[in-house]
Amino acid sequence: MLKAIKARLQQGYRTTSYPDGPPPELPRHFAGLPVIDSSKCLPACRQCIPACPTQALDIDTRTRQVSLDTGRCLFCRECQRVCPAGAIQFSRDFRLASSSRERLVVTDSSPLPAVELDGAIVRLLGRSLKLRQVSAGGCNACEADTNVLGTVGWDLGRFGIQFVASPRHADGLLITGPVTENTRLALEKTYQAVPSPKIVIAVGACAISGGPYLDHPEAHNGAASLVPVDVYVPGCPPHPLTILHALLATIGRLPRGL
Amino acid sequence: MLHDQYVTVHNSQAFDCDESLLPDLERFRQAVLEAVAKGGRIAALSARPVNDGDSRIVAVVAFDAEGVLQVFSSPVAGEYPAIAADCPQAHWFERDLWEQRGIVPLGHPWLKPIRFSHACSRGEAADDPSPATCGVTDFFSMSGEEVHEVAVGPVHAGIIEPGHFRFQCQGESVYHLEISLGYQHRGIERAMLGGPAVRTIHYVETASGDTSIGHAMAYCRGVESLSGTHVSPRAQVIRGIALELERVANHVGDLGALAGDVGYLPTMSYCGRIRGDVLNMTAVLCGNRFGRGLVRPGGVAFDLDDEAVRQLTRRLKSAAKDTRVAVDLLWESPSVMARFDRTGALSPELCNEIGLVGPAARACGVPRDVRRDFPFGIFRFAQIPVSTWDSGDVFGRAYVRWLEIQRSLAFIQEQLDALPPGQILSPVGALAPNRFSVALTEGWRGEICHVLSTGPDGKFDWYKIFDPSFHNWFGLAMALRNQQISDFPLCNKSFNLSYCGHDL
Ligand code: SF4
Repeated sequence: MLKAIKARLQQGYRTTSYPDGPPPELPRHFAGLPVIDSSKCLPACRQCIPACPTQALDIDTRTRQVSLDTGRCLFCRECQRVCPAGAIQFSRDFRLASSSRERLVVTDSSPLPAVELDGAIVRLLGRSLKLRQVSAGGCNACEADTNVLGTVGWDLGRFGIQFVASPRHADGLLITGPVTENTRLALEKTYQAVPSPKIVIAVGACAISGGPYLDHPEAHNGAASLVPVDVYVPGCPPHPLTILHALLATIGRLPRGL
Repeated sequence: MLHDQYVTVHNSQAFDCDESLLPDLERFRQAVLEAVAKGGRIAALSARPVNDGDSRIVAVVAFDAEGVLQVFSSPVAGEYPAIAADCPQAHWFERDLWEQRGIVPLGHPWLKPIRFSHACSRGEAADDPSPATCGVTDFFSMSGEEVHEVAVGPVHAGIIEPGHFRFQCQGESVYHLEISLGYQHRGIERAMLGGPAVRTIHYVETASGDTSIGHAMAYCRGVESLSGTHVSPRAQVIRGIALELERVANHVGDLGALAGDVGYLPTMSYCGRIRGDVLNMTAVLCGNRFGRGLVRPGGVAFDLDDEAVRQLTRRLKSAAKDTRVAVDLLWESPSVMARFDRTGALSPELCNEIGLVGPAARACGVPRDVRRDFPFGIFRFAQIPVSTWDSGDVFGRAYVRWLEIQRSLAFIQEQLDALPPGQILSPVGALAPNRFSVALTEGWRGEICHVLSTGPDGKFDWYKIFDPSFHNWFGLAMALRNQQISDFPLCNKSFNLSYCGHDL
């Protein structure tokens, strides 16, 4: 017992003060929200297009605008590497989540992604959010970095957000993975078991668009092909901070301006 | 290299597949059984499609003590006498072979799909050998008074991947557990064909997403062997550091989860956080906590500068100290030890018979570790002692992890202190046509085996991935025999196997 108390003192207080304080330090090579400057593109270059594993990039033939769909992006930065002009960069902004699929597409002048849910559902949720997690073909990275929010480093419980065992106790689902055909039935049944009104959060490139499994006959190009999705959280996997930000935004618990 | 009718190769040494060809199936079957009888272990067994819809059955038998791989192959069509009938190790492999190629291993004791891959090909295959819905199949069952069946999954209570578990119980005791997977099947092996292409590296990095480094290394070593690429010493060291960080992060997380499963919250809380700290060290290497984007054919995509080395050294020290304090609590808590001791025990004989790998095997006292037995990359020059324990139970699997954490942390520090100079990424040429390679690495769960071959155009015409979970799921089923069903979560956690790495 004494040892356990000593250990407790040694381990100290480790919970991040975010969102009231600064977010934990992100690694130097962190790739966050892309920043695009199409005016830098060399004429008829298009080198980034075939380099992208998930067809996340497009160049409008008329306007010559580059667009990057963060809902498909694996943040591998291959496009940045092959671009001779530096037209695609990745910022350190971890706030990637959006309630609109369209707003995940980044261009020179696109508005920042934002979670703007119907006020009624936010009011209904009040100060708590109970989620049932469904891994539908996820590789255990999105799952792990969702799970980590429950550890003392993040302490998700202090926001009233919890992962529950039964869908009947849940306000909604947090889905990871491209939704394989083999999990389709389980996902549909779990969705039906959640009482209405319910919200669905799709975490990771797979759950948003299929990710690397885009257009595989074995999978369904993401959760939205089967259930209505309210919040999209890009990344492969998204950093825990990105997921936390998305969850806090969902229940309207982010201080203004964050 | 050429023996009479089989090939002996080292880890990721390219060869010509025809060299391994035996005249007929009977010779093949004998050769595999003899090799296993001599102490070999089946690392891979599958059927490779060759021209005109024909297949060739291929077996890779690993001799751990000698550090060599024997490869056998033979033409196969329609059906053949199952190897599993005489050699339990072949059980899962032959189910996979049957499911993928439609070739029937006659006399197989329990022939049914392992992934239900045909359930998702949407009725395209006419001679569909497997059921239409994942998990809908006959299960091994028992009858009798007081015998009852418990079904769990595919959706579980926590944040975990899907899988179905079917227990045959009498009262609280489990007589038999059957594990039915396939829910995570994404078609990776199929999609690897015709590669390398832009997505290939992402398939291997997400084959089992908590083992991105381990699988990416196996893939890269395979590609490097087929293209004759030399990887610089500096890149080898960075890869080694990343692989060991992956091991430490997951082992620490597992110890925390084991503590949580027996209700010992201090270690659970501390280890949960420390795991995150170690993932953050991997992010120091490349920006991603799972090491995505780091390992690339030819070396690594990110270099380590002095600042990063200093940061890692500092973080390693505090992670080592925090982990020791957190983990020592486990061994000193009688309530924890009472649950760990003698729960889910496997004997070394059974371990060898069913071909377990990784910490699960080492916890049975079987000193099996690809880093030592088939050394690759930096492990050819810097050895990490193999950690074993002999109890074969939950305690053994936990304690081996703790030993490995300490040794890996020491290794990482040594490597950081002596980082060789030089470039980090060599150019990779085209793959040689009609060549074959078997690449093994030791992921944190155990042996990762990638078997790859190229066609006349130098593109993959076959790609097989064997995650350690492929070998070990059956070990979990065996560990549950005669256990209390309430110990299932604990036993399960002590293996902590990958669903997606199995289902691919
Ligand atoms: S960083 Fe995203 S957009 Fe760029 S190549 Fe990789 S997946 Fe495609």
